[in-house]
Order: sequence, then C-alpha cells, then structure tokens
Amino acid sequence: MIQEKRITLKNLGKINPESIDDYINVGGYKAFEKTVGRHHIEIIDEMVKSSLRGRGGAGFSAGLKEKFTSEACLRCEQKYLICNADEGEPGTFKDRIIMENDPHLMLEGMLIAAYAIGASKAYIYIRGEYYKSIDRINKAISAAKEKGIIGKNVFGSAFSVDVEVKLGAGSYLCGEELTLLESLEGKRGYPRIKPPYPAEYGLYGKPTLINNVETLATIPTIIEKGSDWYTSLGTENSPGTKIFTISGDVNKPGYYETEMGITLRELIYELAGGIKDGKAFYAAILGGAAGTFVNESVLDTPMGFDTLKEKGAVLGSGAIMVMSEGRSLFDMTNSILEFFKHESCGKCVPCRIGMPQLLHIMENLKNNKIGRIEALDLLLYESEFMAKSSLCPLGQSPILPIKSLKQYFENEF
Amino acid sequence: MNEKLKETFSSFEGKEEELIPLLQKVQENLGFLSDESMEEIARFIRVPASMVYGVATFYTQFRFVPKGEKHIMLCRGTACHVKGAPRIQEEVENQIGIKVGETSEDLKYSLENVACIGACSLAPCAMVNDSVEANLSPKKIEKLFSTSGGR
Repeated sequence: MIQEKRITLKNLGKINPESIDDYINVGGYKAFEKTVGRHHIEIIDEMVKSSLRGRGGAGFSAGLKEKFTSEACLRCEQKYLICNADEGEPGTFKDRIIMENDPHLMLEGMLIAAYAIGASKAYIYIRGEYYKSIDRINKAISAAKEKGIIGKNVFGSAFSVDVEVKLGAGSYLCGEELTLLESLEGKRGYPRIKPPYPAEYGLYGKPTLINNVETLATIPTIIEKGSDWYTSLGTENSPGTKIFTISGDVNKPGYYETEMGITLRELIYELAGGIKDGKAFYAAILGGAAGTFVNESVLDTPMGFDTLKEKGAVLGSGAIMVMSEGRSLFDMTNSILEFFKHESCGKCVPCRIGMPQLLHIMENLKNNKIGRIEALDLLLYESEFMAKSSLCPLGQSPILPIKSLKQYFENEF
Repeated sequence: MNEKLKETFSSFEGKEEELIPLLQKVQENLGFLSDESMEEIARFIRVPASMVYGVATFYTQFRFVPKGEKHIMLCRGTACHVKGAPRIQEEVENQIGIKVGETSEDLKYSLENVACIGACSLAPCAMVNDSVEANLSPKKIEKLFSTSGGR
C-alpha cells in the first residue's frame, strides 16, 4: 500500500494554523534562525544541491533561481522576493491547502529565501478569491512581526525584512511571473518580453525572485534536514515530494502529498479510492487546463518532470483531473479552450485572434463541416503558430492539450 | 467628494502602484466602482482617468453595477465542468430569474461566472458571498435560493 509522504503538509491537522506558538513548538522558525547565522552563499549552495524544482509548473531549479537573483548585482539598493500565491490553474488547489493549514511554514520559507538573495522586502501575491488564505496569512504575518521574526535585525542578526500581502484582482494570466510583476506595479496584467528575466529586471526594475507557495514551503525542511536527505526522496531528476490534487471521477478526490515517482495508477486507485461507480478509467488531464490528456498507457509511468515529458505529457502544477468511460473529450477540450479565450489578455495578436479561431474549428467539427482528423490537424497547426508567436505561457498553452489529444486519442476525439 | 471615498483614500498615500489596492478597497466599501469613484481615484494618484478605467476593466474582479444581497459566483473551472457546471448554471438562472452578469432589479441577487476557485474536490461548486457551496445539484440549488425569496 502506497503511503503519503508529507513535507509541505507535515503540520496539517497537527497544529492550529492561527497559532504561531503551535508552529514554534513543532520546531518552526528553527531553520530560519539557523539560516541567519550562516553565510547566504551556504544557503544557496544547499538549495542548488537539493535540486528542488519549482512547483508552480515550470520545474526550473529553485536554487539556481536564487543564485541568479543573488548575483544579479553587488550593491543594488533593493531586491525583492515575491511569493506567487495566485493559484488559478484549473484543478489545482495545493497552495490554498498550504496557506490555510500551515501559513507559517510558507512564511518561513519566504524569509529564508529573502535572506539568501538579500531581499529586504517581500510580497505575497494572493488570489483575491482566496478569502481564508488571505486571512490566515495576514494573521501569520502580524504574529511573526510581534515575535520579531519579521522586522529589523531578526534573531539579533544584521538582516531586516518586511512582508506585505497584495491581492490579485481576477486574472488567470497574473499567475505568470512577469505578468504578476505588472499587476503588482498597478498596471493591466499584460506579459513582459523576456529576457530580461526577473532575476535581473523584476519588480520596479529591481532583481526579483518569484517562487510558488509549495516551493517556498519546502525550503525550511531542506535547510533543517539538508539537501542529501531531500535528494534521497523522489526520483533522480525530480527529487522530493509533490502535492497532487486529484479531482473528477474518483471516489476520494482531494490532495495527496507523495514522493515523486509515484505512478498515476497508484494515485488514482490506491490514494484516491479508484474510479467512481466502478467504471473504467478513460482519460486524465495532467497539469490543469494548460496540461495534457493521457490515456491508460501512462498509468504506470512514474510521475516526474522528465519522465512525463518523455511521454509527451506534463506534470505542471500537479493537478490530475480524471475522466471515466463515457466522458466526452470534445466537451472537455471545448471547455479548456473557452477558458483560454476568456483569459487571453489581448496583447499578442496570435493569442487574441487564435483562441476564437480554435473554438471556431471546434464548432465546425461539432456541426460536421469538417472531419475529426482534419479538425485535429487544423487545431494543431493553429496552436503551434500561436505557441511560436505569443509572449507568455497563455498563448503557448493550447498546444499542450491539443498535441496530447493527437498523440493519445486521435481515433476517439 | 463623497465622504465614503474620502475615508477610503485616507489609508493610502496616492502613489501610482496603489491603483489596484485602491480599486479593491473602493469596491469593498461601495459595493461597485462608479464613474465618479474612478475619476476621483485618477485625481488622487495623478494619472489619466482612462488608465484607471483601463486597469479596472481588465480585471474580472471589478464590477461597475451594484452587487446583489446574495452575490453568486459560479465556478466554470475544468473540474467543475466535468461535473456538470453548465447545467448548474442553467438551474441557477432559472431559479433566481437573472442571467450571468446581471443583478436582479430588487438587488437581491447578482450572478457571475468565475474561473476555477480552487475547490475542485467539491465540484461542482459556487461561492455565495464569502462561502463556498459544494457539490451543487438541482435540488441543492432549489434549497439554497428558494427559501430566501427566489422567483
């Protein structure tokens, strides 16, 4: 029987999330205290060695990101750390679970990362609809300020830091890091051209590190137990644990944190209680709307960034939406494309014009004006064009589900 | 200037980057963004009114008509879609007699669609004011909205 392995959810249900004393009693803020007594390069080295990969979906090395931001300039007046809590990928709710149940763990991860890169100001950009998370995080920040964990000369060191919450205003796109920066600066959520990356030119043009909630919540445990311990978990290229959020036609939908390398079959049948109503597995969408469809041939592939990539699938944010037999792939694809069309910001013409075009092809298919094979090829052609000519991941996303449909469901779509 | 607006502005410095928090606070206090309030914000942070309007209309959170007593946000995320969100929308629209994007004349209800609210294991779901209503079904919708004066 597969067991969960909890790192970011280690205190879930064991402590009162609104009590900082509870958190300190289970060893909280010890890692941060240890951190401020060490050289920041040691911390970054530890992070690089841990090979922790960003949990927001892209899977870039968190340690390297810290290193780049830290080295961006020697004597800059200001650097920023931003916690990306604008969780909006359909099917994903891991960050909400962390923020609601263990806000201090995420906060501690932020403080450690801020120390590592030398940022004296940190922002948490939370989705405006996450009322409970916002409330818990705000309470956690004031409690930490009272204890002197956030503020001037923390733990008697030379390090000072301030943390502030900013609320998203309802734009899926703002979860993308460069767009998030625009929104923080009070502008419309339009993507920026990259490079320059935020490590060089971020918030207000200053070096900025942007990390996902789950990534940050992993950091305290890595500092506490060391990178060797962390890399002993999971798979070689995707070490550690991951929170998977399972929804759709399963008996026990919810969140499960396990080591990387678990298979989809184990997740669905052992942890999530199997397919609802005793039906057969038909398809799953991995990674959310900007994710990929897979069929039963992927059920035994270990979950990891690279192992899934080899199969033409993505791990993304860890969202798994399960469809049992009888569900319509056409319907799902249409819903995903509608979502993208709604969220397209309109800056890049290929994305703005392309999204309605994709839906138009879907409509033609529905009305039998074109055949299935032709429709798929058209969708693929359009979305490939969009992926090549759009600035941000939104325009580059439709190709993911479409390509995977062609790969796995060419005859059934 | 409106007293309420004055009060809202008092906790801000009038910097350009405060635009989104300002809009959020004004909407929280007034229930929606009136033309007057957006013009006042523009004057307050010293930018053209068109910029305030441009930002406000970009984000789905901002509304330009008053909210109903019960503000319903129906989740249209992918997980809710699998579980029948379109049918749920129809059901709610029938029950309260307004369409998505509208506010009822008596200001009792307003209805909106929202992209994934991150409660996918409770799909299909909606937010009514600040609370999540989970596992919606036609029966549950009737129970939710009929006793409180639905049509």
